[in-house]
Amino acid sequence: MAKRSLPMAVGLPDNVFLTQLDAAANWARSNSLWPMPFATACCGIELMATAASRHDIARFGAEVMRFSPRQCDLLIVAGRVVMKMLPVLQRIWLQMPEPKWCISMGACACTGGVFDTYAVVQGVDRFIPVDLYVPGCPPRPEQLLAALIEMQDKIKKTGTFMANEFDSRTQPTGPPPFDLDEIRRAREMQPLVDLQVYTPPTLEEVVKAGPRRV
Amino acid sequence: MFDLNALKSRFGNGIAESTFRDNRRIVVPAESIYPILEFLKVEQGFDMLIDVTAVDYLEYPGATDRFGVVYSLLSVANNERLIVKTFVNPPNPQLPSVYPLWKSADWLEREVYDMFGIVFPGHPDLRRILLPEEFTAFPLRKDYPLKGVGERHNFPVITRAES
Amino acid sequence: MPLTQLETAAPDSPEQEYLWTLNFGPQHPATHTTLRLVLTLDGEKVVDAVPDIGFLHSGFEKLGEHLDFNQYVTIVDRMNYLSPLANEIAWHHAVEKLLNIELTPRCKVLRTILAELMRMHDHLLNVGTTGLDLGAFTAFLYAFQQRELIYDIVEYASGQRFHTSYTRVGGVSFDVNEDWANKVRKFVKGFRPVHQEIHKLLTRNRIFIERTKGIGVLTKEDAINLGATGPVARASGVVRDLRKDEPYLAYSDFDFQVVCSQGGDCYARYLVRMQELIESVKIIEQAIENIPQGPVNIDASTDIVLPAKPAVYRSIEGLIQHFEVLMPNRGFDVPQEEVYAATESPNGELGFYIVGNGTPRAYRARTRPPSFVHFSIFPHMIRGHQLSDVVAVLGSINIIAAELDR
Repeated sequence: MAKRSLPMAVGLPDNVFLTQLDAAANWARSNSLWPMPFATACCGIELMATAASRHDIARFGAEVMRFSPRQCDLLIVAGRVVMKMLPVLQRIWLQMPEPKWCISMGACACTGGVFDTYAVVQGVDRFIPVDLYVPGCPPRPEQLLAALIEMQDKIKKTGTFMANEFDSRTQPTGPPPFDLDEIRRAREMQPLVDLQVYTPPTLEEVVKAGPRRV
Repeated sequence: MFDLNALKSRFGNGIAESTFRDNRRIVVPAESIYPILEFLKVEQGFDMLIDVTAVDYLEYPGATDRFGVVYSLLSVANNERLIVKTFVNPPNPQLPSVYPLWKSADWLEREVYDMFGIVFPGHPDLRRILLPEEFTAFPLRKDYPLKGVGERHNFPVITRAES
Repeated sequence: MPLTQLETAAPDSPEQEYLWTLNFGPQHPATHTTLRLVLTLDGEKVVDAVPDIGFLHSGFEKLGEHLDFNQYVTIVDRMNYLSPLANEIAWHHAVEKLLNIELTPRCKVLRTILAELMRMHDHLLNVGTTGLDLGAFTAFLYAFQQRELIYDIVEYASGQRFHTSYTRVGGVSFDVNEDWANKVRKFVKGFRPVHQEIHKLLTRNRIFIERTKGIGVLTKEDAINLGATGPVARASGVVRDLRKDEPYLAYSDFDFQVVCSQGGDCYARYLVRMQELIESVKIIEQAIENIPQGPVNIDASTDIVLPAKPAVYRSIEGLIQHFEVLMPNRGFDVPQEEVYAATESPNGELGFYIVGNGTPRAYRARTRPPSFVHFSIFPHMIRGHQLSDVVAVLGSINIIAAELDR
């Protein structure tokens, strides 16, 4: 924090700092990131191991894993995300207040991992804006801690107090959902009889249908 | 105790029996599957249903029927296992539900319906269990491709500016 | 589609207007990963619980039809991710049954030790999260510290903490040495005091007992009819353990007991798991002193395992065998038959139904998942209990979402 302080003619006592509001806010935010653990599968266990006593995530101020998205600022997507779960993930992302960041932990969250099947979304970044990717299956706790440190650096360098560094990012961060490979594959396949691709219902349809009988 | 002769004398000779490694298997016709399973449970003591599963024999060399449904039974008191197999064919593959005999069939049959499309009349609540309700295909059939036909990426995209 | 509406949870009928619906999950700290429960509540009392699963369904069984027997072990690893090696051992047990392979004695004892270490791994996490869900955080940290030591042992043998893909058809991928055995001995020596500590924290703890005794009772007849296996069934009085009833690997050589209880409630399941930890320690102590010398993989001339690297580089037979196993259009002969084989995984009976069709790819690889069957028992166990007991019961039956959904 002292790096951004201005030279002044008047001497200040040692416990008074002069700095920019952005730098102070970034310092506070990066050292107290509260993760929202979106732990689906095996990477969730490595996330728990990172929070346990050997690789202590509390050293970085991030042991407060509040499971309510309204109280968190770092979404850690740990594990594979299936097409049934993706609307839930999107809703949780929208519920988190600004400023918020996202770490995609593990190969399945980054690109789909080993599971290139009909049910697994090939990379969460196709539908959610992701800031940092942690490869591995599962990544070691040390890798997740390194990602956390990089996240802290990123926030310190690029963060602003009113979170307006995000206003200009109107493009999605991941590959388009239908890339050339998929279209080519779709053309080579035999079309199924009465093929109806699953589209999730719109908000009006859900409201009109009423309470759902599970 | 599993007694093949008692079973055959009761249900006729449509039952084929074989042993492979240490699995004892019988193949029964689909019309008499429920009475046979009831007989096995009540008279011969197979009180635990371990698994209900199905196999799609579309690309199997030398197969005559499309779907094979496999019931895996266990007798806790006698420590005996038995595998009961039957065949069904499209269109409209159907088998009576064994939920009245063993309640563990509840979810196992729902999964077979979800993955293969085999219907079990008599089941209390037959709907999709692992896939979303609106999903239309039956994935474990051999004519459905591994990577799907586009359902997995059919969602709206959220960018940074609007979230 | 012949759908029937559920008669329960009908909010429109006038006599049930006071019931309200609570959505529990799929994102909730106490749902052990992604599963969803729709609870119908009368105040705090649970009238009905309807599970909604499939939030982690990744198409494992479809992948099994496209991958080799040795490649699919990487996928099977990721099913019960609390005890990965146990899944691999179960998968290769089924494959070796199909191919009629007899393992070497050294491999059997090694796999037995690893299976028991994985049993401890799973039970430690379950005991830890049972405490964590009920508010006792310290037991969780003690359990995780022991799990880290098991991770170290597994990493020494295979190179990976987690998802090791260690077993192969006919053997294992790397052999172990005396240094590894010393690590295991050291771990076993230090485990019993920690087990005592966790006992002291939880077992006679008044709050823990109040929250788990009498909660989620499963009677013996229900356990058998509903298909429960493993610690859940043994805590209800079903005396059934595949290690004793249908011995596989080297279990018939070691002296241990089957742990049962008659309570059938959450407290009984907790006690069964705690005592099974001690039984596993006993098996490991006996096994680690008696590892037979000799080769760990079966003979390479059967064309099923890869030959040792010195033979591959220095002899023509070794080179030919290496390529015979690895090339995609070659591979070993698989009979056109179907087989079901089960092992006692930490969660219950984990079985595989494999249909072979002559190629080294399975035609159908079905997993019989214990968590799936146990979760269908959940609504029967929770009726009439309070909302906070949902968490206790869910933890005690050890649902692992990846095995639940596959």
